[in-house]
Amino acid sequence: MIKVKINGQEQSWDGDPDLPLLWFLRDEAGLTGTKYGCGQALCGACTVIVDKEAVRACITSINDVAGREVTTIEGLHPNGDHPVQKAWRQVNVPQCGFCQAGQIMQAAALLMDNPKPSHDQIREAMSGNICRCGCYQRIENAVHLASTGV
Amino acid sequence: MNFIDNPRRLRGFEKQIRVEKVSRRSILKGLGVTGGFVLAAPVMSRQALAYETGAGKMPHGVVVDPRVFVSVAPDGIVTIVGHRSEMGTGVRTSLPLIVAEEMEADWSRVKVQQAHGDEVKFGNQDTDGSRSTRHYLMPMRQIGASARAMLEQAAAKRWGVPATEVKAVNHEVVHSASGRKLGFGELAADAAKESVPAIEGLKLKDPKDFRYLGKGEVSIVDLHDITTGKARYGADVRLPNMKYAVIARPPVTGGKLVSFDPDAALKVPGVEKVMQVRGWPWPSKFQPLGGVAVIARNTGAAIKGRDALKLVWDDGPNGKYDSVAYRKELEEASRKPGLVLRKEGDADAALKGADKVIVGEYYIPHLAHVAMEPPVAVADVKGDKAEIWAPVQSPGGTREDVAKTLGIPEGNVTVNVTLLGGGFGRKSKCDFALEAALLSKELGAPVKVQWTREDDVHNGFLHTVSVERIEAGLDKSGKVIAWRHRSVAPSIASTFAAGTVHQAPFEIGMGLVDMPFEIANISCENPEAAAHTRIGWFRSVSNIPRAFAVQSMVGEIAQATGRDQKDMLLELIGSPRIVKPNVKDLWNYGEPQDSYPIDTARLRKVVELVAEKGEWGRKVPKGHGLGIAVHRSFVSYIATIVEVAVDDKGKLTVPRVDTAIDCGTYVNPERIASQIEGAAIMGLSLAKYGEITFKDGKVQQKNFDDFQVVRIDESPVVTNVYIVPPGPDTPPSGVGEPGVPPFAPALINAIFAATGKRIRSLPIGKQLEA
Repeated sequence: MIKVKINGQEQSWDGDPDLPLLWFLRDEAGLTGTKYGCGQALCGACTVIVDKEAVRACITSINDVAGREVTTIEGLHPNGDHPVQKAWRQVNVPQCGFCQAGQIMQAAALLMDNPKPSHDQIREAMSGNICRCGCYQRIENAVHLASTGV
Repeated sequence: MNFIDNPRRLRGFEKQIRVEKVSRRSILKGLGVTGGFVLAAPVMSRQALAYETGAGKMPHGVVVDPRVFVSVAPDGIVTIVGHRSEMGTGVRTSLPLIVAEEMEADWSRVKVQQAHGDEVKFGNQDTDGSRSTRHYLMPMRQIGASARAMLEQAAAKRWGVPATEVKAVNHEVVHSASGRKLGFGELAADAAKESVPAIEGLKLKDPKDFRYLGKGEVSIVDLHDITTGKARYGADVRLPNMKYAVIARPPVTGGKLVSFDPDAALKVPGVEKVMQVRGWPWPSKFQPLGGVAVIARNTGAAIKGRDALKLVWDDGPNGKYDSVAYRKELEEASRKPGLVLRKEGDADAALKGADKVIVGEYYIPHLAHVAMEPPVAVADVKGDKAEIWAPVQSPGGTREDVAKTLGIPEGNVTVNVTLLGGGFGRKSKCDFALEAALLSKELGAPVKVQWTREDDVHNGFLHTVSVERIEAGLDKSGKVIAWRHRSVAPSIASTFAAGTVHQAPFEIGMGLVDMPFEIANISCENPEAAAHTRIGWFRSVSNIPRAFAVQSMVGEIAQATGRDQKDMLLELIGSPRIVKPNVKDLWNYGEPQDSYPIDTARLRKVVELVAEKGEWGRKVPKGHGLGIAVHRSFVSYIATIVEVAVDDKGKLTVPRVDTAIDCGTYVNPERIASQIEGAAIMGLSLAKYGEITFKDGKVQQKNFDDFQVVRIDESPVVTNVYIVPPGPDTPPSGVGEPGVPPFAPALINAIFAATGKRIRSLPIGKQLEA
């Protein structure tokens, strides 16, 4: 039996220990905010925070996070008012929105690590997250805004 | 983001609208309405409208009926139906916003309800072709105005005063003479009993009183849900007892399953069943390819199970499809005469007699859409009833196709439209919903079919592959006197009909025969090309290769004659005029020529505007270059300037992009800017990396590692968007797609300016590294 804390709640799993965390979250735990985009850690749509680090849930097995604390977009802030979320809305970042949970989780992890990232640091830290709609200019602006306080 | 002269109002719709009043009982089911006459406007006469669109000619036309689209609850909440699919353009907000504007509803008390697929009830729902605002600005205004009139009538009756003395203002109706007021909620029940007003008397708002339209101050309705993970896409639908499925499909288009061994798959923990899925022969429009489905308790188990399947395929007639060989075929075809589609003067003779002939042979490969949400659908089929939840661009078409595929009446099919995690034309094809329907029927349980990214890349409906060959003949003075353009590419029509070798009118009308230059001798030709895979619409479609070729050729002519690119472009566009190409039944994005002519004054205007705002001719650092391109598509006009920087290792970056768009009268300039910003990224992606290739009939790429798209660290540092203020009678035109075509040629022209290298084959790939 694997136990993992997700958004503060203890969850357990007695199925395949190799099951990617992504599918545990989406299909077993019903937390569909975390998205599938590639399954190969190439696009970042499935980004969640494990302890304090951004990880790709599609290549992280449920066993890898046993005993650890996973935060998904649903648990980032109780009212959805994390500075990154607020900045995102202020800048009107999303188009289709599908990649945005991953982008927001990546940005939140970046700001935990580096509260005042530069232009280049934002671009580097966010470069694992693809947005096919092409919201990049606004993503960069929103991360910058979040880092300066909304 | 910049707006110039952002008009505070929309103009040109003061005329009263006549809408044919007909009885259509079948559309009275929704929103608690049970009888009476309703409005429908499948035909809008030229006399009655400020402009005419092709909306009425779409399947099922337009329904203009406040009782279908608007409901007012006793608590005052106004619910407005969004009947188009939201894939990132903002249409789910923009169209209801138009209704709210016209009915004087307060947007903060408006809820948007997504329509299910029902075109008899809602009118055409195909969310493609950059048509939503173009076709629905006026109908949505009419719907809002009708609803407002009904609320006003109800208030006037309550007070016993003439309706002319009352006025709806911000969610209430006011009788200013007596100072009385009634909220929309208080009037809801009475207003519902009012007959829909005679359209002859319907008064549209004076655009100077607009609170929302043209202002760009309203965020999309899904913004909070998107940023908190609550927004529901197709992939997020969960039903009780739902099974999860992935499907192994034939790796070659037209291939068939010979045999399969499910044993290893069935041993994977969580896998419950392995079953064959019915396939249709190629081509058969959007019908499933068939294959083997693995059914599991979660998607992860289904994928692992599929990996363990042992499969034997017969590759069928396309097993030899090879992109290297096919390119040679296309190139050879482009060097010989083809079906002549437009002929003015005598291009052959003029080319022979020209002082100089410039030849450009341009290659643009297959592209995959790779929307961030791969195709996915949930189906629950019980007996002769089916319910579908899917991110589809064609809710009505999906309903029809599900009914046909299952052999049940269309009325028994419900298609729930979720948010789309990107569309770009891929989700106009409902094959994935049909797969889910077939599987659910067989399983007797609800099922979700999830395409993996590899499935999306391997089994999509690709953008065509084309060779565009242009020969331009110049006289001694450097004036272009002849233009011969041969376009060779497999047609989208090949996905509908076997044996298709010529492009369809809607493809040749995308930048080939509608070429706007003022040249005496023109020949536009289409040599034959047969398809060997499924070809489909991709955002901006044939405009991608056409704009790339035509606008690159402008750069080449400028280069050969030592002219400035922008001056050359304006010279070729020529005098301000309406272009009337000598083409039989010229396709104009489905729009009438009268309302949407090819207007070179507007084409010139966007070039001049972007040149001014984008500081054309500015001094750029060494290794940098500026390029320009303009293109009319989806009846909008767009010009783009790209500044590129190429370092000594051939690595390119884009410090700045400037784009000017004339899309006529518009609703939400903020979302127009976001579409254009995104189009620059998509343009850069296809220019830099975009290429799907085939070998032995199979797609050679699989995921974002080998079918790359642009990431944030290589995206343009700044993209400026300038919107041309509409003239008083300028009808709305497309926004979602037209931003894409001019980007690649502007970039290629910029690369030439920076490096002296002329790229004629996309993607750029490693060409600059040599």
